[in-house]
Amino acid sequence: MTQDLSGAEMVIRALKDHGVRHIFGYPGGAVLPIYDALFQDDGIEHVLVRHEQGATHAAEGYARSTGKPGVVLVTSGPGATNAVTGLTDALMDSIPLVCITGQVPTHLIGNDAFQEADTVGITRPCTKHNWLVRDIKDLPRILHEAFYIATTGRPGPVVVDIPKDVQFKHGTYFGPSNIKHKTYQPRIKGDLRKIEQSVELIAQAKRPIFYTGGGIINSGLLGSQLLREFVRMTGFPITSTLMGLGAYPASDKQWLGMLGMHGTYEANMAMHDCDLMIAIGSRFDDRVTGRVDAFSPNSRKIHVDIDASSINKNVRVDVGIVGDAAHVLEDMIRLWKAKVLRPNGAALKSWWMQIDGWRARNCLAYKTAKDVIKPQQAIERLYELTRGRKTYISTEVGQHQMWAAQFYKFEEPHHWMTSGGLGTMGYGLPAAVGIQVAHPDALVVDIAGEASVQMTMQEISTAVQYDLPIKIFILNNRYMGMVRQWQQLLHGGRYSHSYSEALPDFVRLAEAYGAVGIRATTPGELDEKIKEMIDVKRPVLFDCVVDQHENCFPMIPSGAAHNEMILSDAAGEPQVSEAGKVLV
Amino acid sequence: MTEQPKSAYFLVDNKAAVISKTFAVLVDNEAGVLARVVGLFSGRGYNIESLTVAEVDHLDHTSRITIVTSGTSDVLEQIKHQLERLVPVHKVIDLTEETPGIQREMALVKVAGQGEKRVEAMRLSDVFRARVVDTTHSSFVFEITGNQQKIDAFVDLMRPLGLVEVSRTGVVAITRGAEAM
Repeated sequence: MTQDLSGAEMVIRALKDHGVRHIFGYPGGAVLPIYDALFQDDGIEHVLVRHEQGATHAAEGYARSTGKPGVVLVTSGPGATNAVTGLTDALMDSIPLVCITGQVPTHLIGNDAFQEADTVGITRPCTKHNWLVRDIKDLPRILHEAFYIATTGRPGPVVVDIPKDVQFKHGTYFGPSNIKHKTYQPRIKGDLRKIEQSVELIAQAKRPIFYTGGGIINSGLLGSQLLREFVRMTGFPITSTLMGLGAYPASDKQWLGMLGMHGTYEANMAMHDCDLMIAIGSRFDDRVTGRVDAFSPNSRKIHVDIDASSINKNVRVDVGIVGDAAHVLEDMIRLWKAKVLRPNGAALKSWWMQIDGWRARNCLAYKTAKDVIKPQQAIERLYELTRGRKTYISTEVGQHQMWAAQFYKFEEPHHWMTSGGLGTMGYGLPAAVGIQVAHPDALVVDIAGEASVQMTMQEISTAVQYDLPIKIFILNNRYMGMVRQWQQLLHGGRYSHSYSEALPDFVRLAEAYGAVGIRATTPGELDEKIKEMIDVKRPVLFDCVVDQHENCFPMIPSGAAHNEMILSDAAGEPQVSEAGKVLV
Repeated sequence: MTEQPKSAYFLVDNKAAVISKTFAVLVDNEAGVLARVVGLFSGRGYNIESLTVAEVDHLDHTSRITIVTSGTSDVLEQIKHQLERLVPVHKVIDLTEETPGIQREMALVKVAGQGEKRVEAMRLSDVFRARVVDTTHSSFVFEITGNQQKIDAFVDLMRPLGLVEVSRTGVVAITRGAEAM
């Protein structure tokens, strides 16, 4: 099945052949032939963003909430450079993106032509792979490889840079069947001997814990199902990274909450004191481990990861299994059953008693006030009033993000979209746009901060244009809250440039954009305003004015170990060593 | 003196011994592949002591990159995995430990001088089995092949004898025995 098509037509055709329904983009000179082909084809819906960064985050939200690749189409030069933040974000969080960039015609490359940038050079370190297509003959193969590489193995972003003359040229198009790559062959199945060794260790464990991450989400719904099955079979406690929330239901009694810098006391203490850690699809990020030389000092560690370079990178493990989480879990369950293994019931019982003692500290407790809304309270109320609706939540980055992770209870995978690795302020609003495009009837809420949301505020205009009823729930404390918190705890309360002197009136701003603005300032009106927000079938900017000085606890200060957490009820200033102050 | 701060952002155990390693990396000779390898090293803060690259199969368009690098054993393990992660990489082998290999480097060494120094340079080049590839009444260009230490030693000896310029190829390496990489 081959066909004579122009390069631009090949792009559209390849997108359709890969099942793409929606793309996010912004036109410009070097990509006009593709936009022209798009205009003459009605199989693909294009969402016009207001800034290319918005396109990449929208595509990330789309990808993370569907399990399908997100597709971005931008022009050369500034179009491509504006996409860099989103590409880097997708690389850090293993999100499959296919980003197609226009490029100046081949004869002008290297000439400092108008809107020329070395796109493959700039995006080389922030993509899984990228290509500059100089010859129309290579275009169909590269387009198919792009989807294959973005979506398989450890997913990630790819860039296909297509000069304008190649978009005009005609060539022979062939479909995506039998895509094989000479060198790229991701490993899916884990080493059975090591899996067998792991289940033996699991059966012997006295103080075990599952520590799971975004890799479970990326292994698809089956990954979450198998995780649930295996965790319940063993009766072990489970914690997860920020990226892994939703893989295991937060309402389950074996769930300890998120771990790490702002994780729960019980999760971090259990990680510190465990004798067996079963890490699946998580990567021992520094926000998770704290001080590595004091990280879970007495445990044996099993690590399942699809990326061989994640194993033994930050923390040395005893059993490293390279493979896809779902496949390895499937083998674990099969071997567990075949060997008729049972967990050590008596030991597990006393381990749970110890964990219940930590749980009793009630580490997420906070004091409410009569006249001011506490940010934690706002998220708790948002959760209560939206639960049971399969709400999709995205976030920006900062305190509100951590509170969302702590207080919003995720029951299903693919419902939590956040910028974990890169920590990109401005991620949440465009991500919500992408999620809503993928799930037009769902409730999509971006839990935001007033500082973050202003980084990509203009995308509210995209939401208005496409009737995407996203809800931007701003916890407005007039500070860059996490920066302020660190300045309070680590820099002697010198709040250097972390206060926004001039904020827009978000309600009137919403109205100016043609969206709906709602403001809540007291706890008494919170529920009613949130309900109003949910009921409006239009984009909403919700200005939730909260306590300016609330800090996010628990917290493991930098340079400290899991068992050295600061809790909210800790009296006085927490002690941070001089050494800890130089860390971030 | 405060204790050295410790977190994932610091190499916690800086006391681990730094060792040198030679990797052979077989890659598809596509545009930008060398930039990917070099960018990986600079981006992740790895050392490059020597790097050579050339196409080794003109039909298959595969190139072989030989990299001499150094780091702690953990870092070297990471380097191997990170190289393997690059899409156009076929294979990475460690030519130092897993399969000890032969390493060679070539250098062109220009020495200028007259009289006794010139005679001495000529005599030493014989000892090192260097060849004279260019000569004038006042200069030689020697071609010398060997491992890095041999070339270092030759260059050091030439310094007082009128060394004016050195050009080195960097290390190429291959395994011993009948097996291919």
